[in-house]
Amino acid sequence: MLTILFDGVAYGMLLFILACGLSITLGLMNFVNLAHGAFAMAGGYVTVILMNRFGISFYWCLPAAFFVTALIGAALEVTLYRRLYRASHLDQVLFSIGLVFMAISAADYFMGGQQQLINLPAELRGRFDLFGIGIGRSRLFVIVICAMLTVALQLALTRTRFGSQLRAAVDDGRVARGLGISVSTIFVLTFALGSGLAGLGGALGADMLGLDPNFPLKFLIYFMIVVTVGGTSSITGPFVAALLLGVADVAGKYYLPQAGAFIIYAVMILVLIVRPNGLFSREGR
Amino acid sequence: MTSGKTLALTLLGAKGRWRMWEFALWLVAIAATFLLPSQLLILTEVAILALFAVSLDLILGYAGIVSLGHTAFFGLGAYAAGILARDYVTEPVTGLVFAGLVSGLFGLATSFLVLRGSDLTRLMTTFGVAMLLAELGNQMAWLTGGADGLSGISMSPILGLFEFDLWGRNGYIYCLAVLIVLTFIARRIVNSPFGLSLMAIKRNPRRAAMLGISPKRRIVVIYAISAAYAGMAGALLTQTTSFVSPDVLAFHRSADVLLVLVIGGAGYLYGGIFGAIIFTLLRDWLSVATPQYWMFWIGLILVAIVMIGRERLTGWPALLARSLRGKSEPAGKETP
Repeated sequence: MLTILFDGVAYGMLLFILACGLSITLGLMNFVNLAHGAFAMAGGYVTVILMNRFGISFYWCLPAAFFVTALIGAALEVTLYRRLYRASHLDQVLFSIGLVFMAISAADYFMGGQQQLINLPAELRGRFDLFGIGIGRSRLFVIVICAMLTVALQLALTRTRFGSQLRAAVDDGRVARGLGISVSTIFVLTFALGSGLAGLGGALGADMLGLDPNFPLKFLIYFMIVVTVGGTSSITGPFVAALLLGVADVAGKYYLPQAGAFIIYAVMILVLIVRPNGLFSREGR
Repeated sequence: MTSGKTLALTLLGAKGRWRMWEFALWLVAIAATFLLPSQLLILTEVAILALFAVSLDLILGYAGIVSLGHTAFFGLGAYAAGILARDYVTEPVTGLVFAGLVSGLFGLATSFLVLRGSDLTRLMTTFGVAMLLAELGNQMAWLTGGADGLSGISMSPILGLFEFDLWGRNGYIYCLAVLIVLTFIARRIVNSPFGLSLMAIKRNPRRAAMLGISPKRRIVVIYAISAAYAGMAGALLTQTTSFVSPDVLAFHRSADVLLVLVIGGAGYLYGGIFGAIIFTLLRDWLSVATPQYWMFWIGLILVAIVMIGRERLTGWPALLARSLRGKSEPAGKETP
């Protein structure tokens, strides 16, 4: 029972790291980026390639996954995304679905359609018992990393100069520009950060979530649930939503395997009926 | 007062008047039965996709609702027609009406989901409903055949008269007839005062509400009609292929139909039909050229369309008209 809770928390933390980039692009920059999962997949594949072909340690792969995906994100932002910030939501949806399709086919072409496996380092394998709770070492690792990232992210957004510049740029781009804030640079950096975090999440989760070319579509709904249910006005909302979703999904799969993902979708629709702007949103935004 | 009323009626009539190219389009479609006897199966596919796209156009082009899960209704109709044919009635037209009713009712039941919230909430709820149905279809294997699909359907002749033949000839005629009839009805709907009020809601819901047009009721009605159309398109697919694959509820179908409508242009009904022709030919050609990776090119086309700008691509009838007028105008200026 507590083990399920623990696994659920690990899963939820991972979902949060994967989705928080989306909550920034969607919530702050108001861009419906359905291709977010593709960045996570890119991070996963970077890890697989580095580990299995070049024999680089898992721990070095994580920052590598972060930087490579952040670079891809920055490149795409400068070339494509930037032009669509003002476009209609339909355009953004079509554009990002197009990107997802391209990413899926590209992954299939270069890496093959099979499930990718990675060998975690020996110290991350297996479980140990703590007060009678079976704790998976890799899960504990995920929780620790994600918790640190979450705290760092929260501090970065609320306490640093960059965070306040970002909030200013999002609230009123024109005034922020007038105050000498380079809005486009801020947006590139933010987009790169979000993509990089997704890539890091993909690398961390390659073992837990699995990795195959359909990853972006398979987990798209989870990311979107985290963001829409959590609301997009802060990162606390998505964090709580991700934890709830993680625990509910793991518990649901354990206790009611027949119901499958049914419960999750039903709960999401219910939440959106009751609170169309998410559970933890400020009203009127 | 009366003159204003008659003016409005004349304008409405002018908008709903038949154009030459519409007749030409349908004549070509009918002539294809005789001219392209070897291509009838793919033409049937085009007709079904066209009907599906027309149904999406009703809500996207006229009411401005962006749906990421329109295939929910398509798949529901496909399963409804399939189950009815397998267990009860094998006559296709009954199945068609039944599927339309089931999907329409489901659309009515879920329409309140698209009334509230922003674009994003609508995207998520429509997407969620489609995923929910896909999951249900997968789990309720005793009814739907689960992941193996619904098989064992054998259709009896249409109206007891026309047998589905091996070459798909009667199947095509049947689908085309349904498409023509339903497009005519859709045409009547969008050119009626009701259709105009929908477009007012799409432009500015608050203003429409102030003019005394209640957005809610109208959106519910058009959403249900659109769902019924999609359900009938699904039923046609089931009946012409005698099989329902779980793929009918897959996400890529929702994306495909959006692409179809975007290629053809939303908001004038025929966009779905032109889009379906172009999309099917394109997909057919791509899947022959690169069997495994055709999805990449579809994605590239989507990205390209958005980057170039949808208006520039789909506004070609208007652009053409303008350029024709532009040519004639300088000539007219030179004469005096």
